[in-house]
Amino acid sequence: MSKTDYEMVVGLEVHAELSTDTKIYCSCKNSFGSEVNSNCCEVCTGMPGTLPTLNRKVVDYAIKMGHALHCKINNVCKQDRKNYFYPDLPKAYQISQFDIPLCEHGYVDVILDEECHQKRIGVTRIHIEEDAGKLIHDDSFSGSLVDFNRCGVPLIEIVSEPDLRSPQEAKAYLDTIRSILQYLDISDCKMQEGSIRCDVNVSVRKCGSGEFGTRCEMKNVNSFSGAMRAIEYEANRQIEVLESGGTITQETRRWDDHRGQNFLLRSKEDAQDYRYFPEPDLLTIVVPEERVQQLREEIPELPGEKLLRYVKDFGLPYFDANLLCESGEKRALFEEIAAKGGIDLKAAANWLNGDITRILNEKNKTLAESSLSADKLIGMISMIEQGTISNTAAKTVLEEMFWQDKEPSEIVEERGLGQINDDSALQAIVGDVLQKNEKVVMDYKNGKTNALGFLVGQCMRATKGQGNPAALRELLLKQLG
Amino acid sequence: MQLYEKTAGELHDMLRKKDCSASEAVESLIERIDAVEGKVHAYLTKTPELARETAKKVDERLAAGEELSPLAGIPIAIKDNICTKGVRTTCASKMLENFVPPYSATVVHKLEHAGTPVLGKLNLDEFAMGSSCENSHFQNTANPHDLGRVPGGSSGGSAAALAAGECTLALGSDTGGSIRQPASYCGVVGLKPTYGSVSRYGLVAFASSLDQIGPMGRSVEDVALLYEAIRGMDERDLTSAQREYEPLHGQLDGGVRGMRLGVPEEYFGPGVEDEVKEAVRAQIGELERSGAVIVPVSLPSTGYALSAYYIISSAEASSNLARYDGVKYGYRSENGSSLEELYLNTRSEGFGDEVKRRIMLGTFVLSSGYFDAYYKRAKILQGRIGQEFASAFDACDAILTPTAPDTAFRFGEHTADPLKMYASDICTVTVNIAGLPAVSVPCGKDKNGLPIGMQIIGRKFSEKTILTVAKAVETLRGGYHSLPQIG
Repeated sequence: MSKTDYEMVVGLEVHAELSTDTKIYCSCKNSFGSEVNSNCCEVCTGMPGTLPTLNRKVVDYAIKMGHALHCKINNVCKQDRKNYFYPDLPKAYQISQFDIPLCEHGYVDVILDEECHQKRIGVTRIHIEEDAGKLIHDDSFSGSLVDFNRCGVPLIEIVSEPDLRSPQEAKAYLDTIRSILQYLDISDCKMQEGSIRCDVNVSVRKCGSGEFGTRCEMKNVNSFSGAMRAIEYEANRQIEVLESGGTITQETRRWDDHRGQNFLLRSKEDAQDYRYFPEPDLLTIVVPEERVQQLREEIPELPGEKLLRYVKDFGLPYFDANLLCESGEKRALFEEIAAKGGIDLKAAANWLNGDITRILNEKNKTLAESSLSADKLIGMISMIEQGTISNTAAKTVLEEMFWQDKEPSEIVEERGLGQINDDSALQAIVGDVLQKNEKVVMDYKNGKTNALGFLVGQCMRATKGQGNPAALRELLLKQLG
Repeated sequence: MQLYEKTAGELHDMLRKKDCSASEAVESLIERIDAVEGKVHAYLTKTPELARETAKKVDERLAAGEELSPLAGIPIAIKDNICTKGVRTTCASKMLENFVPPYSATVVHKLEHAGTPVLGKLNLDEFAMGSSCENSHFQNTANPHDLGRVPGGSSGGSAAALAAGECTLALGSDTGGSIRQPASYCGVVGLKPTYGSVSRYGLVAFASSLDQIGPMGRSVEDVALLYEAIRGMDERDLTSAQREYEPLHGQLDGGVRGMRLGVPEEYFGPGVEDEVKEAVRAQIGELERSGAVIVPVSLPSTGYALSAYYIISSAEASSNLARYDGVKYGYRSENGSSLEELYLNTRSEGFGDEVKRRIMLGTFVLSSGYFDAYYKRAKILQGRIGQEFASAFDACDAILTPTAPDTAFRFGEHTADPLKMYASDICTVTVNIAGLPAVSVPCGKDKNGLPIGMQIIGRKFSEKTILTVAKAVETLRGGYHSLPQIG
């Protein structure tokens, strides 16, 4: 049998740090990048006698995610202790949720390709828990040090059903989860700061088989592209084992992205017994039904729905719609433009995804910091559509109105950027250009058709970019016979 | 009568009338500690300078004509599992021998606010696990009534210091009887408050769902006074109750006339010594003669309570004590080269036998495959015991039982047999399991002159009722008695 006779079955556990102001069980700031061990207190470091108090914002955020993923919300639930020893876990237990998660039995529709094919991925559960600290290893000293700053940072763990069948599906799922977190504004989703991480469960089975194979879990997957590589590698490893007559044993493996390989961490026999039991220091979480509903109403239109609407209602290509959907600011501006209407929305999307994004990136600024508005952009694009300015001139207009409180028409007037549409004026220029470029004219007449482009360029140059290139082209063709 | 022999109430009156100063009271206590501590060994850490400083400030406020809170200038000592900022808090364990917390327990803040001079930190069984103080890593505390006997535990240091006149008030903690049993053994008064009425913030956890800090004193009024000062909602302890509390001090003289007092036969079984039963029954007779209506009540699950208690408390303890791993603070073993060895050696060397026994027991009952058979069933039993108390309280206002099945035993008498030691808690654990308040008040002596305590159990938050009954017992016995002769 060959690789193609097998199907991979993948489930993902995504850990996302929530962007609440304070940590989950104490009043320390929930921030990244503080000096080592400066942003922790006796509570988040589990000093003797201290007690946790629950940050209700964490519950709200998790419920929002639950709504977004169509989950049942367990508005009465508890927290449990997960007991294990590790130096980054100062209480030697993590406060998490065991048998009654805050949210469960949900799903998310994931867009798989540019044709907008969708697949529904089941969401087993979402629960809240606290993050652990970080070990610091350095060649400058022997042993390891612990940074407790991350202790008590609020996390949600989102567990998917084993519904994913390829690395691409996994990537699409992860991208969707990330953009939902961003749309809800409940997580920074900064991969490089570890604010979103995932564990990967992989098994393989013969195509057509109704039963699942034995799964292996992979830890230390630190990026979405890494997840794809890890899944591909692990599925191949399992197929090789099976093909050579072996069997898969349930185990936990560690992904090494540098080497593109994974390694055995522990087998099932060595699996840790976390000895979960209800956290006696915290009360049962009770969220009134009205609050659950209120949070539901706060859920905005989510990325999948929005993207499909852009494609369907505005006729945008998938690629453009997807790019627009990535930024909250661009989406908002685009929707404002769409609501006002009157211009080609594809052109608006092009400007937003193109020059506007470029300028923002160059200056490392946000739209909110600029002077751009829907009206200004509509004004600018209308002038292009009406032939008042050229695309080239529009770029100058954009640069100027980007940071200044000026209307596009003002800029066009001040800088004399208006397009010359007057035939008699253009006629004179065309005559002049033809006279000065006799050799090129000869070439053209001898069959070098691309010489026309050069002549149009020369005319544009002579009009300082203000000539209407279409009109110029027409006049040139007429003259050249 | 020396100042160190006075009750808190008496001292407060004297301070107000300027019959003595807070500094004089503190000096009297410090002298007393110097005189008898060599025999009693109640203190793990003494803080005379801190106490003097606080007393001085109280005296300044007195001189300025300020109205004093009832606890201002009243010398207190604190069980050494309650965190005191800047003063080491050992839990009588090698593990925390040099641990100086950078924060104070909420109750300690309240005492500071009240101007209560703190004389020091008192001995206990390691991490409050034990019934004799013999599990302390540092020292055995002696019972002031007979120096060859234990003071009880785990708040043995608190009870002994009170009985010896080494403090006027004391704080203890009670997870399964740790305030009441030593109070009974040492002839003092100890209240285990309703779960949730006193903040646990800063109490080094043994079993979080059962632990409660409580007041101890030589008189019922003193205990009421201290309880009023430490109770109340604390936003740092989510398990603390938000409610209005009624005043207690000076409100406990209502007597027992017309009160229905329940007597459960299950607490007078063969495990309880005859002399104890007789003394308690005699006291119940006295209360009946004072107008109380004695009603038999039934608490049929009592026999299972001890098992449920040791499962739940050990399970929680195994998790609560996991943090002592040698990584961040406390004892760290010098032996071993791997992380695993660091954990193993630190915990093997740093904990005493009883603590290790409970950690292993708790780890076992939480293990996958055993959780349902032990922990889950214990929790079911916990619910049932609560129900039985609730129905009993339909028929009565308070329940009377012995506090302990015996009187103070000799050092070493029970150490070889942990189960015998655990049986000391037989009368007290149900109260913690049901989250109820209970007070132990002296009600007689055995043939050796050792104190016997009566336990009065109430409905949740009915501290006023049980303290009223306790005060009636105290009054019937002629009020608060003088200190025993030591040695």
